[in-house]
Amino acid sequence: MSMLDIRNLYVSVDGNEILEGLDLTVRPGEIHAIMGPNGSGKSTLAQVLAGRDNYSVTRGEIVFQGRNLLDMAPEERAAAGLFLAFQYPIEIPGVNNTYLLKAALNAQRRARGEPEVDAFDFMRLIRETMKTMQMPEEFLQRSVNEGFSGGEKKRNEVLQMLVLKPSLAVLDETDSGLDVDALKVVAAGVNSLRDPQRSMILVTHYERLLELIVPDFVHVLAGGRIVKSGDKSLARELDARGYDWVLKEARAV
Amino acid sequence: MSSESTQIADLVKRKYQHGFVTDIEQDTVPPGLDEGVIRLISAKKGEPAFLTQWRLKAFEHWQTMEEPTWAHVRYTPIDYQAISYYSAPTSNPNAPKSLDEVDPKLLETYDKLGIPLHERARLAGVAVDAVFDSVSVATTFREKLAEAGVIFCSFSDAVRSHPELVEQYLGTVVPTRDNFFAALNSAVFTDGSFVYIPKGVRCPMELSTYFRINAAKTGQFERTLIVADEGSHVSYLEGCTAPMRDENQLHAAVVELVALDDAEIKYSTVQNWYPGDENGVGGIYNFVTKRGDCRGRNSKISWTQVETGSAITWKYPSCVLRGDGSVGEFYSVAVANNYQQADTGTKMIHIGRNTRSTIISKGISAGHGQNSYRGLVRFLPTAKNARNYTQCDSLLIGDECGAHTFPYIESREPSGRVEHEATTSKISDDQLFYCRQRGLSEEDAVNLIVNGFCRSVFRNLPMEFAVEAQNLLSVSLEGAVG
Repeated sequence: MSMLDIRNLYVSVDGNEILEGLDLTVRPGEIHAIMGPNGSGKSTLAQVLAGRDNYSVTRGEIVFQGRNLLDMAPEERAAAGLFLAFQYPIEIPGVNNTYLLKAALNAQRRARGEPEVDAFDFMRLIRETMKTMQMPEEFLQRSVNEGFSGGEKKRNEVLQMLVLKPSLAVLDETDSGLDVDALKVVAAGVNSLRDPQRSMILVTHYERLLELIVPDFVHVLAGGRIVKSGDKSLARELDARGYDWVLKEARAV
Repeated sequence: MSSESTQIADLVKRKYQHGFVTDIEQDTVPPGLDEGVIRLISAKKGEPAFLTQWRLKAFEHWQTMEEPTWAHVRYTPIDYQAISYYSAPTSNPNAPKSLDEVDPKLLETYDKLGIPLHERARLAGVAVDAVFDSVSVATTFREKLAEAGVIFCSFSDAVRSHPELVEQYLGTVVPTRDNFFAALNSAVFTDGSFVYIPKGVRCPMELSTYFRINAAKTGQFERTLIVADEGSHVSYLEGCTAPMRDENQLHAAVVELVALDDAEIKYSTVQNWYPGDENGVGGIYNFVTKRGDCRGRNSKISWTQVETGSAITWKYPSCVLRGDGSVGEFYSVAVANNYQQADTGTKMIHIGRNTRSTIISKGISAGHGQNSYRGLVRFLPTAKNARNYTQCDSLLIGDECGAHTFPYIESREPSGRVEHEATTSKISDDQLFYCRQRGLSEEDAVNLIVNGFCRSVFRNLPMEFAVEAQNLLSVSLEGAVG
C-alpha cells in the first residue's frame, strides 16, 4: 500500500488556481524532494496535505494510508501520522513549549487508542531529543516559538517531529534561514527518523539540503503540476542550470 | 460570511452547569423597597439600633442618587420596586448552625455545585461560609479557626457576637454614599461573611464564601468585611452561581477589606453567576463595589478575579494605599461570551510614600461579548516615590465581539513612576491550525491558547482554585471558537 497517493489534484486559493492536476505517489520509506521556482505551489501542497481550510480542493483526491485524507480534520491527520514542519512556525505567547508538545503527543495517542505518556517518561524523551537537536535546557521553559530566532524555530519544528514520530513528514522549507551548522543539526535530526516504514516530503529551494538528506526522488513543481521527476542528480542539475530548461522542456511536451 | 465565522457562530454555545433551582420553602418578603422593608430586614436579623439607623441613612441618601450610566454596558432599566429584598430558607431561623442541623436539601445543593460542605469540613483545608440567597446557611471550621483567634462567620452572626468590631469598621472603606449600588447595598444588605484576623496571626487555612442565588425575583445584596490586624495574613476566596432564568436578577454586593500595619489580605474571586443564554436572555446583573484599604504601613492587599459569569459586570476591586510602603495588586481575567458585557478594572489610589501597585488585566471577548477594562491609577502629592505597573491585554475570539480599554492615570507627584502596557490580539487561525496540526482538537487548542494568555493571572490564584479557574474558563468558552 502506498503511504500517499495524490491524483489529479486541483487547488485554488481565493479563486486562483494554484495546483492544476498534480500527481504524486509516495511509498513507505521513501523521501521525495519537491523543488520548483517561487510561486509554483510547493507550500500550497504542504498546507493542503495538513488540512489548512482556506485552500479549496476543486478536483482530484488524496489517499493517505488507504484513507481519504480530504475527509479528515487536521488533528485526525496528525493522529494518523501526518506531520507538517511549518515554513513559518507560529508563536503562542504564554503557552509553554514543553506543555504544547506533551499535550499534542497525548492527544495523538488518545486518538489512536494508545495510553498517554506520563510526565516522567515524557521529560526523559524530550531531554534526549533536545540533545540530538543541540537545544539548550531553557527551551523547556520558553513559550512556543515566542522570541525564537528563525533558526531556533526550525529546530523546534524538527524537535516536535522527533517526539511525535510521524509516518509521513512534510518539511516546508525547513532549511531556509539556517546557517551551515544549524542545517547539519537539522539534517541529522531528520535523518535519525529515516525508517523503512516512514516517508518524507521535503519542500525546498536549495540543493544543499539534499546533500545532507539524500532523497530517493526529486520532483520539479511548476505551473501547479509536477513537470519533471528524477533522482538526486536532478537536484544537482537544477542547482547548476536553474529551472528555465525544465520549464522549456515541459512546455515543449 | 467566511466559513470560519459561520463556524464560530455555530459553536458559540455555552453550557452553564449550575443552572438548577433548589425546591425549598423560603421566607420571601414581597417585592418593593421603602423604609418599612428596611426596618423589616433589620428586625428579622435582630440588629442593634446603630445598624438600623445606618441602613436608613443610606436609604435616604440612595433615594437622592442617580444610577450611573458611564459604564460601557447597556441594559434595560432596573425596576427597584419589582425586586424582593429578602429571601431565606424557612428552615434557617437566622443563625447558621452546625452542619448536622443544616437542611439536607441545602447540603445537597452545595454537593451539586461541587462544594460538598461535609467533605470540605473533613478533608480540605478550606473553611467555607455558604450564603444562600439572603442568609448564611453554614460556616465550616469555625471552632478550629477560633482556636487561632480568627473570627470567620456570617455577617449577621458578627453583628450579634462582635458588634463592636462591626461598628468600628463597617462603611469605613466603602461609605454608604460611595456610589448608587453601594448605597443600595448599605440599605438592604442581608448577609455575607465577616473575617477578623488578630494581630500576628497567619490564618491557618484558606477561607472561602460561596454565594448562591436561588429564589426568583429577588436581589442578592451581600456585604463582606475582612479586617486583618497588625502583622496578620489571610487568603480568602469567593465563588458564585445562580439558576438559569429568563429574567435578570440583581446582585449588588459590597466588599470592604482593611489591612493594618504589615498585614496582608489576598482576596480571590471565581465569579460564575448565570450569564444568560446564547441570545442574551436572562442572567445576573453583577454590580459590585469592592475596595481594600491598606491602612497600615507595609500592608498589602491583592485582588485576583476570574470573572466568567453574569450578563453584566460592573466591578472595580480597588486599593487605597494609605500606609507608607503599602502594596496593592489586581490580577484579573474577565470573559465576555455570547451577549455578556463586562466593564471591570481597578483603582489604585496612592496616598502613602513608597507605595506600589501592580495591575494585570486579561480580557477575553467571544461571541457578541463586550469587554471593557476601566482603571484608575492616582498618585496624590503625598505619595513620594510611588510606583505603578499596569499591563492590560485583550484577546478577541471571533469577529463580532469587542474589547475596550479606558485607563486613567493621574499623577500629582513628580517622583512617581507609572508604566502602562496594553495589547489587543486575536486568536489567529494560524495559531489554531498550528495546534491542530500537532494533534489538538479545536477546543483544546483554544483552551491552550487562552490559558497561555491568562497564565500570569492564574499563577496568583491559590493552588486549589487555579485548576478550578482553568476548568471554568474552558466551560465558559466551550464552543466559542471556530
